Amino acid sequence: MSTATTDPEELVDFDDAVLVAPNWKLVWWRFKKHRLAFYSGFIVILIVIIAAFPGFFSTQDPYESATRGSFMPPQGIHIWDKGPAFYAYAAIGKRNQTTLKMEWVVDEETKVPLRLFGRGYEWEVLGLFKSNIHLLALRNPDVDKPIHLLGTDRLGRDQWSRVLYGTQVSLSIGLLAVFLSTVIGIFLGGISGYFGGLTDMIIQRMIELLQSIPPIPIWLALSASLPRTWSVTQGYIAITAILALITWTGLAREVRGRFLVLREEDFVVAAKMSGCSRMRIVFRHMVPTLSSHIIAAVTLAIPVMIINETFLSFLGLGLRPPAISWGVLLQEAQNLQSVALAPWLMLPGVAVIVTVIALNILGDGLRDAADPYH
Amino acid sequence: MLAFILKRLMTLPLLMFIFSVLAFILIQAPPGDFVTSYVAELAASGSSVDQLQIDALRQLYGLDQPAYMQYFKWIWRMLHGDLGISLDFQKPISELIGQRLLLTVLLGVATLIFTFAVALPIGIFSATRQYSFLDYFFTVFNYVGVATPTFMTALILMWLAFSQFGITITGLFSPEFADESWSWARVIDLSKHIWLPMVILGLDGTARLARILRANLLDELNKPYMEMARAKGMPEWRLVLKYPVRLALNPLVSSLGWYLPLIFSGSLIVATVLNLPTIGPLLLRSLISQDMFLAGTIVLTYFGLAVIGTLLSDILLAWLDPRIRMEEA
Repeated sequence: MSTATTDPEELVDFDDAVLVAPNWKLVWWRFKKHRLAFYSGFIVILIVIIAAFPGFFSTQDPYESATRGSFMPPQGIHIWDKGPAFYAYAAIGKRNQTTLKMEWVVDEETKVPLRLFGRGYEWEVLGLFKSNIHLLALRNPDVDKPIHLLGTDRLGRDQWSRVLYGTQVSLSIGLLAVFLSTVIGIFLGGISGYFGGLTDMIIQRMIELLQSIPPIPIWLALSASLPRTWSVTQGYIAITAILALITWTGLAREVRGRFLVLREEDFVVAAKMSGCSRMRIVFRHMVPTLSSHIIAAVTLAIPVMIINETFLSFLGLGLRPPAISWGVLLQEAQNLQSVALAPWLMLPGVAVIVTVIALNILGDGLRDAADPYH
Repeated sequence: MLAFILKRLMTLPLLMFIFSVLAFILIQAPPGDFVTSYVAELAASGSSVDQLQIDALRQLYGLDQPAYMQYFKWIWRMLHGDLGISLDFQKPISELIGQRLLLTVLLGVATLIFTFAVALPIGIFSATRQYSFLDYFFTVFNYVGVATPTFMTALILMWLAFSQFGITITGLFSPEFADESWSWARVIDLSKHIWLPMVILGLDGTARLARILRANLLDELNKPYMEMARAKGMPEWRLVLKYPVRLALNPLVSSLGWYLPLIFSGSLIVATVLNLPTIGPLLLRSLISQDMFLAGTIVLTYFGLAVIGTLLSDILLAWLDPRIRMEEA
C-alpha cells in the first residue's frame, strides 16, 4: 500500500525527534498516518472484546434450543415510537396448512420492551465468576419471549448469540494456530538465515516441498483421520495443530529473508566489531528490529487461518458440534434448500468477512509502518 | 531452454515419490485397517461376508505384511494402471475419477484464463490511474474479494439466483446431459454452466493478482527509461504495454506456481456447495466414509496437478525471462 509512504520531506519538521526516536515510536508514528489501518485497529479491538466476553453481548444461551421456534427470521430493534422508545415487535408463528411449514409474521400490535444492561441468563466471565448482566435484555423476561436479532437456526437456537460465541472460538483458533506456526517459523527461519550453508539448504528444500503441496486436501485428510470420539477440546487442539503444520513455511521464509538482509546491516557489523556476543547480537539487536515485521506478518496470517478454519468446519471436517465456530454455524447453510428456506443462516459469513477485512487492512498498515526508515 | 526443461523434468519422479509416500501415510492414518472397517460396515448393514473374500482382500492389499511392503504393492499396481476398487462405490477407482478429473482440469484452466483476463486490465488501470475513483473501487473490491470465503460467494449467488429468478445454478450440466457421453451438444451445455463456478473461483485470485500487478507496475512507472521514451514522443499506452507491463508480468507468472494448485484444490469447496461433478466432492465423500484408497488416489491426483502446475509456470517463466534460464541451466 503506497498510500502510507511517508515523504522524507514531511519528516524534516520534527527531524530531531525522528533521529533520536526508538524504532517502535517511528513505527507508531507511521502507523497513525495510515487512517484506514488505524480505524481497522479499533474494529479488531472491538472483536477481541466480543471474543473475551461473548456472554455480555449475547441475548440468549447459545445452546438453548426451542422446538417451536426454529427458522425464525431476524427481528429488528426500534428506537422510536412517537418519542424515544426501545422495543422490538413480537413474532407470531403460523403453520401453513398446505406446506406444513412454520411461517413467521411480525405482530405490530405486541411490543416487546427492551433495556440496556438488563438481566438475563447466567454467563461465565472469563471462567472466573458468573454474571447475568447483558448489554441488551428484555425488560420483562418473565412475560416476553426472547428476541432474535439474527433469527434462529434449525433447532431454534439464537443465531446472534451463537455468532458471538463463535467469535471466541474462531478468533482464538486463528491466534493459536498463528502463534504455533510463528514459533516454528521463527525458529527454523532464524536458524536457516543465521547459519546458512547446509542447514539453510535442507530447511529451504523442506519449505519448498511443503509449499508445493496443495494444503486443502491434506487438511481434509488429516482432520478426517481424527477419531470421531474425541472431545471438543481435543478436536480444537488437533485442528489448530493441523492448520499450523503447513502454514509456518511462509513466516519462516519471511524471517529468513529479513535475517539475511539484517546480517549485512551496518549496526550488526558495528555490534560485532565492538565485541558483542552472538546471542546478544541476535536477541538485543536483530530481533527487536525484526519484531515489527513479525507482528505485521502475524497479523496478516491470522485472517488466513480464520478462513481456513471456516473452510474445514464448513465441510464438516473441522470443529464439530457442540463446538461453536463461524464455520460450524455456516455448515447449517450448506445447501440450497436451507439457504432458500432461511437465508439468514448465511449471516455468520458476514462476521467472517468483516473480521478478515479488518485484520487485513490492519496488517497492511503495520507492514507499511514496519519499515520506518524507508 | 531444452536443458532447463529437462532438468526440471528430472526432479519430477523424486517429487512424485515423496508425494506418494505422503498420500500413503494419509491412507494409513485412520485407526484400524480398511478391510476391518469394510467388514464392520457390511455387517452393520446386515449382509454377511465370506471369510474367503476377506482373506483375498487382505492378500491383495498385503495387509498382513509390513507397511513399506503395502506401499510398494500399492505403487506397483498403480504403475500398472490398476488403481484398485472403491469399497464404498463398488467400482474401479479409475472409472470414478476419469471423467471428474477431466472436468476438474477444465474448470481450473477456465478459471486461470478468466483470472488473468480480468486481473491484467484492472492491475494496469489501477497503476496508471493511481488514486482515481476506479482505483479506490478496485482496492475495496480486492479487500472484499480476498476476505470472502469462496463458498460464501457461491452460497450468496446461489441464493440470489434462486430467490430472484427461481433458477438453481448447481452442477455443470443440465439434467438431460449429466450421464450422457460426450457430444457437441454436451460441450455447449457445459459452457453454459461452467462460467459461474469459474467466476466464483476466480474472484479471490483476481483480487490478489491485480494487486501484485499494480504494486509491480508502480515500481516500474517511475523509472528513468519511461521519461526517456516519453521525451522521444512514444504514445503513452504503447509505452506502458511495451516495457513496464512486460517487466511486471514476471512476478505474476511466477505466482502461477502456487496459484494453479490453489485453484485445483480450492475448487473442492465450491464444487461441494455447487454440487459439481469434479474430484473434490468425491474426496470429501471418500474421507467421510473412510474409503481410504479412493481418498489416497484423489489426494495423489491433487499433488500431481500441483506438480504439473508448478512445472508449467517454471517453463513459462524461463521462456519469458532469459535471466532465469541462463542461471539455472
